[in-house]
Amino acid sequence: MIYGTALLAACMLCGSYMGNILGALLGLNSDVGGVGFAMLLLLLVTNSKKLSEKLPKGTSEGLNFWSGMFLPIIIAMSAGQNVYSAISSGALAVVAGLAATVLAFILVPVLGLMSKKNTVDNAGEEE
Amino acid sequence: MPDFVKILVDLLSSNSLVTAFLVVGIISLFANFVSAKITRGRIHASAIAIFVGLILAYIGGSITGGTKGFSDIGMFAGIAILGGSSLRDYAIIATANGAKFSEIKKCGFVGIFSLFVGVIASFVAGGVVAYIMGYRDAVSVATIAAGTVTFVVGPVTGTAIGATSEVITISIAAGVIKSVAVMMLTPFFAKRIGLKTPQSAMIFGGLMGTTSGTSAGLAATDPKLVPYGAMTATFYTGLGCLLCPSVLYAITKLILG
Repeated sequence: MIYGTALLAACMLCGSYMGNILGALLGLNSDVGGVGFAMLLLLLVTNSKKLSEKLPKGTSEGLNFWSGMFLPIIIAMSAGQNVYSAISSGALAVVAGLAATVLAFILVPVLGLMSKKNTVDNAGEEE
Repeated sequence: MPDFVKILVDLLSSNSLVTAFLVVGIISLFANFVSAKITRGRIHASAIAIFVGLILAYIGGSITGGTKGFSDIGMFAGIAILGGSSLRDYAIIATANGAKFSEIKKCGFVGIFSLFVGVIASFVAGGVVAYIMGYRDAVSVATIAAGTVTFVVGPVTGTAIGATSEVITISIAAGVIKSVAVMMLTPFFAKRIGLKTPQSAMIFGGLMGTTSGTSAGLAATDPKLVPYGAMTATFYTGLGCLLCPSVLYAITKLILG
């Protein structure tokens, strides 16, 4: 259990470190993509046969435990949102937030088509 | 006679993280019951649980006037630890355990492209609404627009270009509304917008950008998609902080004169 938990912690801290350095290089005082880097690091370890065979026994139990804790953590996160003051701060914020969400929803299938076309094109080139 | 209530409240408060486990467990149990018995499985239990969480957050905010929702009520302070950004990111990374490299590569360029489209689309939507609803100066319009990108980008931009604190507050609120809207609406629109493959989830994450909204929305739709959506979403706030106070503010200024 602890090995998986520690592996995750190592990935998260390394990833955030990379994200913070990237942020600093871009002149921002923040973490740019730290979680993304951390996920890639974890994928590197778990998707490589050589590395994952070397992991101590019980590592995957730790990883599974925490990915199972994801949903409870997200529920707690939703209960900790500043919903009250967001809603009561006026119509402008509500309308602006909703407008952006709806627009983004509409764009998902549009870009989805692009991605499909892309993979078809790539497949064509490979043949 | 001992003061039973006080002893209980003190106990819950001093073990607030453990209390939070219990509270979230009860919410989940309730959500499973409602999902199975009342909606007959049509609405995903996790969507209901997240919705219950948001209602509790509203109640907490209205009782205490604080900024951290339900966790502002003393004995439920552990909710803020359990659902704070540190453990949230940690658990999101854990979901990558089941993800595959090959699926991420398949998305390729469109994933990066979706980030730019997402930031710009949110900015435009927020800016237009701000303009229609009475803001005419470039600084305020750009700040509210940036807040619509995410609630982190709003204050970063507003501080950089010198917006008033009132405008910055609106920008944060707009970002929170967006993230809440993504949490609640995603399961209902998922089918209609073709959200079912890892690639579509990556595009979704890039377009929505809010890490909380994306991860909760996808969790309520199909938990297998969470790592892919979160992967792109995590770059969104950084890109927003980069584009909003610079290029996008300059363009806003140009348009509004």
